[in-house]
Amino acid sequence: MIPIEAVLALGIVLFAIGLIGVLARKNLIVILMALELLLNGVNVVLVGFALRWGNTTGQVFALFVVMIAVAEAAVGFALMLSYFRHRETYSLDEINDLKG
Amino acid sequence: MKHVFPLIPLFPLLGVLLNGLLGIRYFSKRWVHSIAVAAVAASFVASVAGFLAVRAAGGAALITSLFTWIPADWLMLGNHQSGTLFAIDFSLRFDPLTAVMTLVVTGVGLLIHIYSIGYMAEDSSTARYFTYLNLFTFAMLVLVMGGNLAVMFIGWEGVGLCSYLLIGFWFTRDAAANAGKKAFITNRVGDFGFLLGTGLLIATLGTVDFAAIERAIGAGLLPHGLATAAALLLFLGATGKSAQIPLYTWLPDAMEGPTPVSSLIHAATMVTGGVYMVARMNVLFSFSGTALTVVAVVGALTAVYAASMGFVQTDIKRVLAYSTISQIGYMFVGLGVGAFAAGIFHLMTHAFFKSLLFLAAGSVIHALSGEQDMTRMGGLRKHIPWTYRVFLVGALAIAGVPGLSGFFSKDEILTSAFASGHYFVWALGLCGAGMTAFYMFRLIFLTFFGAERLTPGARHHLHESPKVMIVPLQVLAGLAIAGGWVGLPKVLGGGNWFGRFLAPVTGHHEAAVAPAQELMLMALSVGVALAGIALAYLVYLRWQGRPARWLAGKFSAGTRILQNKYYVDDLYNILVVGGTKLTGLFLGHFDRKVVDGAVNGAAWAGRQISRASIAVDTHVVDGSVNGLGRLNQACGRGLRRLQTGTIYTYALGVVIGLVVLVSLVWTFKE
Repeated sequence: MIPIEAVLALGIVLFAIGLIGVLARKNLIVILMALELLLNGVNVVLVGFALRWGNTTGQVFALFVVMIAVAEAAVGFALMLSYFRHRETYSLDEINDLKG
Repeated sequence: MKHVFPLIPLFPLLGVLLNGLLGIRYFSKRWVHSIAVAAVAASFVASVAGFLAVRAAGGAALITSLFTWIPADWLMLGNHQSGTLFAIDFSLRFDPLTAVMTLVVTGVGLLIHIYSIGYMAEDSSTARYFTYLNLFTFAMLVLVMGGNLAVMFIGWEGVGLCSYLLIGFWFTRDAAANAGKKAFITNRVGDFGFLLGTGLLIATLGTVDFAAIERAIGAGLLPHGLATAAALLLFLGATGKSAQIPLYTWLPDAMEGPTPVSSLIHAATMVTGGVYMVARMNVLFSFSGTALTVVAVVGALTAVYAASMGFVQTDIKRVLAYSTISQIGYMFVGLGVGAFAAGIFHLMTHAFFKSLLFLAAGSVIHALSGEQDMTRMGGLRKHIPWTYRVFLVGALAIAGVPGLSGFFSKDEILTSAFASGHYFVWALGLCGAGMTAFYMFRLIFLTFFGAERLTPGARHHLHESPKVMIVPLQVLAGLAIAGGWVGLPKVLGGGNWFGRFLAPVTGHHEAAVAPAQELMLMALSVGVALAGIALAYLVYLRWQGRPARWLAGKFSAGTRILQNKYYVDDLYNILVVGGTKLTGLFLGHFDRKVVDGAVNGAAWAGRQISRASIAVDTHVVDGSVNGLGRLNQACGRGLRRLQTGTIYTYALGVVIGLVVLVSLVWTFKE
């Protein structure tokens, strides 16, 4: 039996890495990947609590999150590629078309 | 119609309508003459009929009211106890005075109409001329037949209008047009007095009817002072119309009109309108007394004053014009001393001999192709014998040579003046008689005797006038000789028929002098007249005018004063015309500076206000709108900084927001 604390620690670490990746990196692909880490950090916590409480709701939620993550990745990368064709860059420093 | 006399003015009116509306376009000269002359002739016949009717009625006035002219029934006037209802009828009156006047106007008028046919033969506006002449006759008849002051005023103004039109008949000549205006405007001054006098009578008596005024004065309804005021105001009108001091200056200039016009209007009839009016209002003037004295003194002064200006005139018509002023002065003397019949008597005889003199002068002018200057005449006796003869008759009559009409009328006036105790007036009159004889015979000797001083142009066409001009002259000469015998005084074996005929109107006046004294006075005035003639003979024929030139050289200042008509015209020019001009200038300035200034000032104020309004609009209204816009822009400029466009800014925002939310939930989870 894996203690809940370990599971929670893993989830927090994953989430923190993802958060830092989203906030600190400048490459669009890396940010999308960090987003996956954020989702998976949450997944870990969901699965961990399902295990802890013997309730499958958490696992179902995790499955939903995985599916949404797939869809999100597909759409996200498609957008990214399409954007790349225009500007030939992934650097967030240069992607500021919405600047006021 | 009950009476025939309202027809008298109708005929000339018909003539005016026919000739004025149709004649100018469609009628030949012959037709125009015939209509005009026939109208006056018919009028003359009606006047004779009216005269006979009045004689048959024993001098009682025939009065007829044609219609109510001004039905001002709502107007309560005058004597408030009786509360007279005021209304003016268009009434005509025919009494002995009117009969005399209508006979003179239509009789002399007829002869002058006939004479005009010859005189105006070469003029192209014959129809216009005869229309005016008929219109004048009509107006003059209304003047003398009016039954009240208002109807009389129609005629009074009508003759003034015709006078204006006929003086300026040759209106292309500046002098004629100006003379017409001068006559009209000067007369306006007098008419102003006439109107005020009429208004005063309306206000105090509530009537303008002659008979009613007489009754009211008889009943003592008119205060003495008001009577004097009204009489003097009316007399101011008379001085304008009859060219007396102070309003006489227009008459000499009126000689610019055609000579028959001068004869009819400015000698025989219109200018005697004032005399007629005073005679008509004799009850008022007698009641006042003061007014009567004023009339006598003004008349006497005018008689001498105008005669003195006649001495130096060289224009044949102007001499006659001054003579007319002087003779009308005599008429006023007659009226002023209470001898109203004598004044009217002189009016009648003067109408005969003065129109004769004017027409004869016209004949001279006609013969000389328009020459009027006596210094370029002389010796015409042989060339135009008939004109000379009738002229001589007229001159003898006006000079007062016994047996001719002027002698009787002038003598009656002088006798009455002496008898009334106005010795000053009498002395002036006697003096004037001598002067009249002198200047008339100066005219005769300069024109018909002595050396011929004609210009070649005048000599070339020298001819006696045609029969149509000579015959009226001969008739008038007959009247000038015989016209006085109707007033043959008692002392000479007559019965003063004329005075008795007028007595119902003018009252009976008997000069209170002994027969011997009267004969003495007569002899005196005849002596003065003969002396005047003799002096003129000596000065201008025997000594060829040398004494006159010597006198003129010796007293050059006096001569200049006479030649410049005592500078009265200049004085009037300066005072009245200059004053009017000054007033005009002042008013013009006032208009430009004050009225225009006010208008311009209002415009300026409007501009200033709108300028201020524009400033408010641009600065306040637009400013607030723009200010709002600019505020929005500033806010936008500030707020756009939030939109960095870089994703991690937003992500950071999301994270911070999340942290804040979670910490809030955490803090307030209780």
